[in-house]
Amino acid sequence: MYDKPLPVVDHDSVAFWDALREQRLLIKRCANCTKYHFYPRILCPHCHSERVEWVDAKGLGTIYSYTVARRPAGPSFKDVVPYVVALIVLDEGPRMMTRMQCDSPEAIRIGQRVQVNFERVTPEFTLPHFRSITP
Amino acid sequence: MAATREAVIVGVADAALRDGMLAQPMTPLQVQAKVAAAAVADAKLSLSDVDGLLTTGQWGVPGVGQLPTISVAEYLGIVPRFCDGTNIGGAAFESHVGHATMAIERGMCEVALITYGSTQKSARSRTLGGRPPALTMQYETPWGLPTPVGGYAMAAMRHMHEFGTTSEQLAEVAVAARAWAGLNAAATHREPLSVSDVLASPMISDPLHLLDSCLVTDGAGAIVMTTAEHARALGVQPIYVRGFGESHTHWSIANMPDLAWHTAAERSGRDALRMAGVGLNAIDLVELYDSFTITVLMTLEALGFCGRGESGGFVAGSRIAPGGSFPMNTNGGGLSYAHPGMYGIFLLIEAVRQLRHECGERQVAGASTALVHGTGGTLSSSATCILSRS
Repeated sequence: MYDKPLPVVDHDSVAFWDALREQRLLIKRCANCTKYHFYPRILCPHCHSERVEWVDAKGLGTIYSYTVARRPAGPSFKDVVPYVVALIVLDEGPRMMTRMQCDSPEAIRIGQRVQVNFERVTPEFTLPHFRSITP
Repeated sequence: MAATREAVIVGVADAALRDGMLAQPMTPLQVQAKVAAAAVADAKLSLSDVDGLLTTGQWGVPGVGQLPTISVAEYLGIVPRFCDGTNIGGAAFESHVGHATMAIERGMCEVALITYGSTQKSARSRTLGGRPPALTMQYETPWGLPTPVGGYAMAAMRHMHEFGTTSEQLAEVAVAARAWAGLNAAATHREPLSVSDVLASPMISDPLHLLDSCLVTDGAGAIVMTTAEHARALGVQPIYVRGFGESHTHWSIANMPDLAWHTAAERSGRDALRMAGVGLNAIDLVELYDSFTITVLMTLEALGFCGRGESGGFVAGSRIAPGGSFPMNTNGGGLSYAHPGMYGIFLLIEAVRQLRHECGERQVAGASTALVHGTGGTLSSSATCILSRS
């Protein structure tokens, strides 16, 4: 049974988590200034317009930074130590956090190209993990 | 109209620790009452003179700690006419000094009390677990980032990537803090430390080791402020608040504007120096929040003590250690003195004691003007105070 923390879905996020179940990564784009943002908000954090809309992200990005957790963030993460938590700059522009799927944490580097890998952890939740794209 | 009321710090106190725990076991309210009484006594005042209260904390949540100024005032038997519970993490108390300065100078209160208390070590309440995965944290907590060290580790990783900063340079910060702690009988860890000791300590969240991380201790502190005129009447040495600034940029680490640059510190430092009307060359003592070694390096750059990416070289050669040319974190800091969850009040207390020339073996000779800088959250928030003895 999946025992790690799961999101508390709310009015900002229901479309995001629903789409992940269909293996789609949605982010918000502002129709006014054309910029993307993440996490999803009811207004654009760049220009504050409320003309924000969901769009499909390509699911591609670059590692901006990361850490290797040698100590777990609570008991439920003990079984995956050591693991890599990374910040990805999506090709659309915004940054998002993820956990890397990798054989060895030592192989991870800033600047690596990555792609989303949908992992269905419960019937309700599919999480957007990422993995390096082998050149 | 010329400003006739000038806010000053007139009293400070902190609680004695033994092995990082309160020497005398107390609740968070008890220990705040003790340090509050000691700080007003240090100012030759009494608690009944206090008409402004500023406090925040992590105790009593959920519960009475959700409204900390109300709960502390009730416990102390104070009915304030100015209150402020600003919580921007560990930098909150530098904000409190700034806000109390405005309140005193505007005549909203005559004697302001700032308190903090934590029993996190005795209560064993500290974990690396993330924040509840609701609202903005639902996009981060599910990934298992150790909190708060993981966010600082990501900043350190990015700083190393962009500037070639090394683990040895980070370790210099911890080594210097320990050397200062060796001169402070009240510090939790005083035994000598070397760069190789830091590098040999367990890796917690790459690239940060255990000894790159602040302590987990109990602790409590209090600060009393009033007007310069009142201080003269009391016959106590006033410490002037010449300038302050505050800012914050993000709570979720993915939303930090630039992980290799402490934007909030750049802004709060600039505003504080501008208000004080002085440059960095006027500063002869620096107390910087050292939650992690990387926090210090990024803060030194953001405040302008060195250029972007140059902090690793700046701290080399024991420059920030006792006897070095840049006296900093002279009580041993959060890395070696104590770190009770929100450390910012202890930066201020140490700066006041240094400016009063009370620090014995660790006294910075002739210290006249200090820069005190708090950082809270995950490099999220900053508040800066410029303090002087004249």
